[in-house]
Amino acid sequence: MKREQIGLSLGLRLLAILLALLFTVMVLLLSGAPPLEAFRQIVLGAFGSYKRFTDVLVSWVPLLLVSSGLLITFTAGVGDIGIEGQITLGAIATTWALRLLQDSTLPPALSLLLATLAGMLGGAIWALLAGALKTFGGVNEIFGGLGLNFVATALTLWLIFGPWKRPGIGSMSGTEPFPQALWLPVLPGLRLSLWALVPGLLAWGMVFLLLSNTYFGLRLKAVGKNLRAAYLLGVPTWQHMMLAFLLCGALGGLAGSFQVTAVYHRLIPAISSGYGYLGLLVAMLVNFQTLWVAPVAFFFAALNLGSIQLPIVLKLDSSLSGVIQGVLVLFVLLLDGVRRRMERG
Amino acid sequence: MEDLTLLLGFAGIFAFSAPLIFAVVGETLIERAGIVNLAVNGTILLTAMAGFAVAARTGSLVLGFLVGALIGAAVAWLIAFSSITLKQSQVAIGFVLTLLTRDLAYFLGNPYMGLAGPRLPSWHFPLLKDVPFLGILFFQHDWMTYLSYLVIFLGWWWIFHTRPGLILQGIGERPAAAYARGTDVNRLRYLYSVVGGALIGLAGPTYSLSVKAGWKGTISGLDGLGWIALSITIFGGWNPLQAAFGVYLFGFLQWLGLVLQPRLPGIPSQVLQVAPFPLMILTLLLVNIGNAEWVERTLAALPDRWRHFLKRLLRALRANPPASLGVPFEPE
Repeated sequence: MKREQIGLSLGLRLLAILLALLFTVMVLLLSGAPPLEAFRQIVLGAFGSYKRFTDVLVSWVPLLLVSSGLLITFTAGVGDIGIEGQITLGAIATTWALRLLQDSTLPPALSLLLATLAGMLGGAIWALLAGALKTFGGVNEIFGGLGLNFVATALTLWLIFGPWKRPGIGSMSGTEPFPQALWLPVLPGLRLSLWALVPGLLAWGMVFLLLSNTYFGLRLKAVGKNLRAAYLLGVPTWQHMMLAFLLCGALGGLAGSFQVTAVYHRLIPAISSGYGYLGLLVAMLVNFQTLWVAPVAFFFAALNLGSIQLPIVLKLDSSLSGVIQGVLVLFVLLLDGVRRRMERG
Repeated sequence: MEDLTLLLGFAGIFAFSAPLIFAVVGETLIERAGIVNLAVNGTILLTAMAGFAVAARTGSLVLGFLVGALIGAAVAWLIAFSSITLKQSQVAIGFVLTLLTRDLAYFLGNPYMGLAGPRLPSWHFPLLKDVPFLGILFFQHDWMTYLSYLVIFLGWWWIFHTRPGLILQGIGERPAAAYARGTDVNRLRYLYSVVGGALIGLAGPTYSLSVKAGWKGTISGLDGLGWIALSITIFGGWNPLQAAFGVYLFGFLQWLGLVLQPRLPGIPSQVLQVAPFPLMILTLLLVNIGNAEWVERTLAALPDRWRHFLKRLLRALRANPPASLGVPFEPE
């Protein structure tokens, strides 16, 4: 019985992947593009060389951080849609700290550490705002979070074109890059920084332990499964909810911080790069199984990187990766419903 | 002369608001039936692109709008199907669909970027167009604007003044009671999802074939409007008349932003473009905070005079969603 269920569940996952592929092929045919060539370009774009593979890892880091953080709020029964803004605020806070510290006499390593902590704090504060709107203001987390995302974008643009504009005139290319001493060291000749990759993996592992092996994780699950029952059993519910938001925001902020210190070395308008929304898809796809976050996030990062080739080689829009990711999650959710319907008989 | 410019500016608000009217009234119908369609934002983008692409290819405006309505209905049907028949979270499916349809719009719309295409001609309403003041304000637009007026009043009349409308309120408020009286709750939820979805699907082509003609990909300026539509649905208390007021108010504020911008050189345009969103959070906070428990506790501790005043204020502002909004119904 149990084995049958596992088999069915696995079979349906495979079916979901097949259907997602089929849908993507149809979309490609509709746009008049050769499907096989498009897929080949994506694979080449992600794994065509050692450098490209490490580039996938570069975008794996923020996705890993964000998805792990989101699993904490998912466990508490809410989706933190404001994660995109929390990444942005993390980047803003880090940029702010580095601007303050770059002319000081502090050793660069200490400046970077302080700036990273500032980033985590920035993300956490933005998340607490969304959490408070939900917990105390009754504002649905989707609207509160989305609204804050747009506000964060506006704040970035205002900073880039206003107070932090480059000498001369502000431009979409972002703020003045920081001196190289304030960049996180990268592997020689590559864009990958172990100083970002290792914390990303650590955060993932810690979230796994937190959710599966601690009393806190258990209580968080209780809050997520049945808020009222948890409250009646003496679990301090709103505190847990806010703490979940805070942790998620801190991880989102860390992702944004690395975008500044390890990837762009400045603040750019699209600093969050859609990693927040993508992380939400990853979190939905893994269905509370934290271990799966890493491989799924890696797959999504590979799709993102691979599709950058599409506009160059095939004159296709790179949003194809978003189509594949979205339709995959859609089919997994739909087939999950089919499975439950079959189980009910 | 100055007066006429001002009047034309005001008139523009009514034409420019037509797409949001379709989306908001469509969403109101769906939510009245008890289902949340979160995919509005992506639906508007995809239907704007598809409506424009079809109209540009075939030269037929009607076909463009029709395709928009069909896509909107299909997306809404999928949400209804997964929530009613498959018992999946409508919020999750809606959110995935809003991202998916957006990316589909950008991917498939790539070849149509910046292309010249057909545009709905304006058609001044005979007789009514010559009424002083009101003529310019309401009746010198195009067909979709007039249709948007009709949709507001039809929606309002249907929900509050017809028998099927009464049943619609019933399936959103107390589906079990409606079921006991012989209503096929889930069938009606499907029906209103599809009808409301088709209305939402008209919003996109109304942008791309009329008020913001053409398709410009990510810089079309349409991304985010669907979320505004969803929050105006709440602000409007699930009543098409009140929701229409919300849409026009939003249009007025946007217009005001455009007019004031040259006078506020310190504020970059990007900031004014997102100004609606803090406003949205604030509005939702105002209409929801009366429902929070701690507010009631705080109020109870206040002196009488203050308490009565604040209580009345919060009650007047409070949003009362259909009691079974987002709750699946399972007939026994």
